[in-house]
Amino acid sequence: MPELEFVAPKTAEEAVRALAAGAGKARPLAGGTDLLVQMKSGRAKPSAIVDLKRIPGMIGIREAGGAFVIGAATPGVLLGEHAALVAAWPGVVEGANLIGSTQIQGRATLAGNLCNASPAADSVPAMIAAGATCVIVGAKGRREIPVEQVATGPGQTSLAADEFVLEIKLPARPPRSADAYLRSIPRTEMDIAVVGAGVNLTLDAGGKITAARVALGAVGPTASLVPEAGAAIVGTTLDEGALDALDAAARAAARPIADKRGTVDYRIKIAGVLARRAARIAYERAGARS
Amino acid sequence: MSKLHITTTVNDDPAEFLTDPSTTLLDALRDNLGLTGAKEGCGSGDCGACSVMVDGRLVCACLVLAAEAEGRRIETIEGMAQGGTLHPLQQKFLEHAALQCGFCTPGLLVAAKALLAENPDPTETEVRYWLAGNLCRCTGYDKVVRAVIDAAAEMRQVRRAS
Repeated sequence: MPELEFVAPKTAEEAVRALAAGAGKARPLAGGTDLLVQMKSGRAKPSAIVDLKRIPGMIGIREAGGAFVIGAATPGVLLGEHAALVAAWPGVVEGANLIGSTQIQGRATLAGNLCNASPAADSVPAMIAAGATCVIVGAKGRREIPVEQVATGPGQTSLAADEFVLEIKLPARPPRSADAYLRSIPRTEMDIAVVGAGVNLTLDAGGKITAARVALGAVGPTASLVPEAGAAIVGTTLDEGALDALDAAARAAARPIADKRGTVDYRIKIAGVLARRAARIAYERAGARS
Repeated sequence: MSKLHITTTVNDDPAEFLTDPSTTLLDALRDNLGLTGAKEGCGSGDCGACSVMVDGRLVCACLVLAAEAEGRRIETIEGMAQGGTLHPLQQKFLEHAALQCGFCTPGLLVAAKALLAENPDPTETEVRYWLAGNLCRCTGYDKVVRAVIDAAAEMRQVRRAS
């Protein structure tokens, strides 16, 4: 068995070089809650582990002009403790904080959840709805892409072998904006989403929705934005007709598989229900800010 | 195989060990440092039997590489009692019979201590959610939850008196 190497670079450039040297077999390490499990099961057999946590800025949240920059190795517990982030993006934080136990929250990161590319990743629909972007660094330099362009299929990403996510960005928000994330699991805690729905919206002074983004998880090979669902509630005050249209758009966009956690029909139905409920929560939260 | 030399702090004492890159912190604690209080239940971060603190955060030691411990501050169950005096949580676990086989107990105690450091007066619901990552197949959790709430009350009283 080839020897595993462990490196903990102090700069992003060093990390890129270490990943490039691994030629596809080196893996970046942030919280490790997916990578170590995959190594133990034999699913991941990396030649090198590149621990990103010693790179300055990788752990922590910076706020500038109402926007947030979240270092890629920032664990969930720090998101939940950041009062300004929770106030601005309650849906993103609740999505992230739903993942695993207290122990997992001490390690698991948004960027790791994104790059693990599970269709059921709880933080990803909320980030997509939020319009989050991620800064990716690699041998060819830096690029910034919407988070929905990272996962390309279950366990697959658009990142090159020498690239890793440096940070996640959440944009500054207009007044009367809020988001929410809901998932369905068969119990109250510690499970993987059967369906997840994130909704992010902005109201005008009269309570009419002026912008909305809706994203679904666990009903397709990747979490995805559903533009029709967002469009269904823009211009409304989230009355019953708007909720019905949102529900229908979410159901129409759902392309789930059947597995031990849920059938196709069940997931489609629940996609509509959760989109509806998450929209109501986001609407109430946004209204409370006027 | 080339070993990594790791220098760290365990329960406020300096510690060093040699490790393979793939060795977990849990295995290093148990096999290199002889601290066998943290247990391997599942090895995949589901059961919490290996709960330890790293830089003041509750984590599963099975999901941390030993090499990551370089320069960090590790706290384990072995640091909980002060000499011969049990921590109030340990005492209340005994009084409430909050353990049977004891395999999950070190992890539950470390996790409960982390909860009370953050929230000295948790509700039953808060205790249950915080400890959701610590599986116990003996007690049914009820005695554990009661012991934690009782220990919290005692610790608050001691703090008020001092």
